[in-house]
This record gives sequence, C-alpha cells and structure tokens, in this order.
Amino acid sequence: MATRSIVPFGPQHPVLPEPIHLDLVLEDETVVEAIPSIGFIHRGLEKLVEKKDFNEMVYVAERICGICSFMHGMGYSEAVERVMGIEIPARAKYLRVIWSEMSRIHSHLLWLGLLADAFGFESLFMESWRTREKILDMFEYSTGGRVIFSVNKVGGQRKDMDNEMIAEFVKILGGMEKEIRTQSKAFLNDYAVKSRLCDVGFLTMQQARDLGTVGPFMRASGISLDTRKLGYAAYDDLEFEPIISTVGDSYARTDVRIQEIFQSIDLIRQAAAKIPSGEIAVPVKGNPTGEYFMRVEQPRGEALYYIKGNGTKNLDRMRVRTPTFANLPGLIETLKGCQLADVPILILTIDPCISCTER
Amino acid sequence: MIENKIIEIAPADLLAKALRYKQDGYHIVQICATRTPDGYELTYSFALEYEMIGLRFLLDEEDEITTISTIFSPAFLYENEIRDLFGVKIQMISLDYKGNLYRIATKTPFKDK
Repeated sequence: MATRSIVPFGPQHPVLPEPIHLDLVLEDETVVEAIPSIGFIHRGLEKLVEKKDFNEMVYVAERICGICSFMHGMGYSEAVERVMGIEIPARAKYLRVIWSEMSRIHSHLLWLGLLADAFGFESLFMESWRTREKILDMFEYSTGGRVIFSVNKVGGQRKDMDNEMIAEFVKILGGMEKEIRTQSKAFLNDYAVKSRLCDVGFLTMQQARDLGTVGPFMRASGISLDTRKLGYAAYDDLEFEPIISTVGDSYARTDVRIQEIFQSIDLIRQAAAKIPSGEIAVPVKGNPTGEYFMRVEQPRGEALYYIKGNGTKNLDRMRVRTPTFANLPGLIETLKGCQLADVPILILTIDPCISCTER
Repeated sequence: MIENKIIEIAPADLLAKALRYKQDGYHIVQICATRTPDGYELTYSFALEYEMIGLRFLLDEEDEITTISTIFSPAFLYENEIRDLFGVKIQMISLDYKGNLYRIATKTPFKDK
C-alpha cells in the first residue's frame, strides 16, 4: 500500500520567482491533491481607489505587476475610457498595440529563460534573457523605464514614438526573430528538454474550458480564444488568429508561447506599417459615472478590469481578475497524478505571476 | 468590442441561474464584491466564447448565500477570496479555507473604521 504524506511546496522555492504555497498530498511520489494558498505579498491595491483619484490610479494599476505593467495600465485606462465614453486618437491605439506586444515578447522570453533554468539548461536560460534584454532596452529608449513605464493615461498616451524609432524597433525585432528561432530549436527539439516537457501535465480541452483557464495555458489545450479578438486598442485593424495546440501537455504550452513571440513580432510590424500620424491623447473632462468590465489579453491570458464610478474623482470600486488567479484551478488539476519531481516544471508551465494574483 | 451584459437577480435565484449557465456551456470568469452601505453588491461573471454575462444581486451584511462551487468548481477560489477580503458569508464552499486563503498578517475582512 502506498504511503500517504503531505509535502509543503513554497512559498520560498528555487523555481518560484514569487511566493505561493502548495500543500502537496502524495502517495509515494505521486501527487494526488494540491491545495494552494496565497497572500504572502497581498498589497490591497484595489482598495487604494478610495484614496487616489481615477487618473492617479493608472500608476497604481501599473504597479500590480512588474512584467505586465504596461498592460495593467492600459487595461485600467481603457476601462475608464469606456465608462466615460472617451474615444482615444488612432495613433494612441497603435502605440498601445506596439507596447503591448513588446510586453508579451518580454514576458514570454522571461518565462522561457525561467523554464530553461528550471530544467537545468543554463546556457539556454542565459540566451533567452540576453535576447529579452533588447526588448527592455527598447522600452527604456521609448518610455524611459525598464519595468514601470508610465506612458498610459485616461484619454490616450503620455509619450509618442517617432516613426524613425518605430522603424528602428522593427529592425531590431528582425534580428531578435533570428535569435529566437535558433533558441526555439533547443526548446522544441532537444531530447533532454522534450523528456521533461512531453506527456507531462496534461489538461484536456474540456478540463481547460470547465476550469476557466485562460491564455497560452488554455490555448495549448486546443481552445481558440484570444481576448485581443475583441478589438480593443487597434487589434481590430490587424490580422492574426489565436495560436493553439491540441496536445495539452507542458511541451504544447512551451510551443504556443514560442509561436506567440513570432506572432507579436508580426503584429508590431503590421502596426508599424499602419500607424497613422496625429495626436496621442484627448482632453478628459469630468469624472467617471457608471461601470465597465474590460478584458485584455495579457501574456498569461485574459485579465479583467472592473471599474465603477460614482461621478466623483474617486471610484467606488476597481477590481482586477488576473490570469494567474484564473489558472490556479487548472494548475491543481494538472498536478494530480504527476510525479513530485515534475511539480516545479508544471507550476512554471502556467507562467504564474503571484504579484498579479494577489494585487 | 462586445458590450457588458448584467442581469439583476434575487439572491435566492443564484443557484438555478448558475446551473442553467453551466448546462449552456458557460464557465465562470470571476466573482466581484463591492461594499454598499448595508452589505454587498455581488456580480458573478460567466463566459461562453467571447460573450460575457454578469449576474448581480444585493446582499445584506448578515445574510448568507450558498456556494456555486458545486456547479462551477473554480468558484471556490473566488468565494474564498470575497469571504477573506470582504466578509461575505458563503455556505458549503467545496474547498473551504475558513478565512485563510490569503495568508496575511492584517486582520480580515477589511472594513472601514
């Protein structure tokens, strides 16, 4: 008869960049149940709407996470703009696409590096992060920041990129694309890497749907949904289709994220070719009255921003449902039946962001 | 952009409505609690493909509601969250953390003093 034991995993663990705790119920070395708990870095950012006015809250939203900071600021701003009926200039919409897709490339490269580090492929980890460094340089060049950018505001953007800068970025991305294609051969073809990722941590399409998973974690199980198709920012004007895999294992999640990097590069090229000239913001008058649920496709999946205004400068409520929170039930399911040694890789394959989750 | 659709319901109708959405293939997206002078405004969001629908009702501070985690299993996280942070009383959550989902030093639920 198998021996049953409970192994605490985290909140501090070499594979976790941020703290989350799991109680793993094992039978011998097989996980039969995983119970998560969070809250080690809860900051109560949503409650700050009571103290900060709705314009200042853009900066708070940006600070929910250091990786998706641009998209948090944009998601919040778009939600308030919809409540107030503000139509931002076309150029601002395209700028939001370019910075959003740069964020996605940065996030996926960061994740690929962490994954390589987790299965002990140090040179691949360094290669991924070396390439990612170029995106951070592009952010610094265009916004002045490498983590927090402060370029979003209600009504548009605070900073513009001139056309020479955008052309230079497209050129840099062309070079990066070649590097990432070389790296992806190791991620997708290397025997040792495949042995850690293939046939590990299955999530079926039905499970992914029932458990409310989002993002690449969901799309790797064959569900073709991508919130960018809702058409916020300038995504309505760009051509793309959600990238999916029907396999549903850890390898499929890696493959989907790698293909999404190439898709993001293509979207930036499309945006660079189509971006119109003109203003980047419109004046905002009055205070928000009403409510809106805004959905944005972050690198980890759909994030949801709920805004409720009462006609004063302080909102009644801001609520952010982040992708990692939505993916936790799916993670619990994939852990069931896996070996203890595979737990770190499986946790990584949802690309967890705990700062986002706890807000 | 698909517009938000929010349906006002009575708290007693929550389970029946949730079951109907489950049968129609929806999944749960989130549960949002907002403080009101007498209690809470709760919004349950469900999605099918790109469509999203919200069920909304007001709840007095002392009233209890029954979990929907028996219908939508991921709801246990959202229900534990709104109980931890807001103090919403929810019965029979499938995985009940009893106020300890968020391991924070500050006493919860957060209430205005």
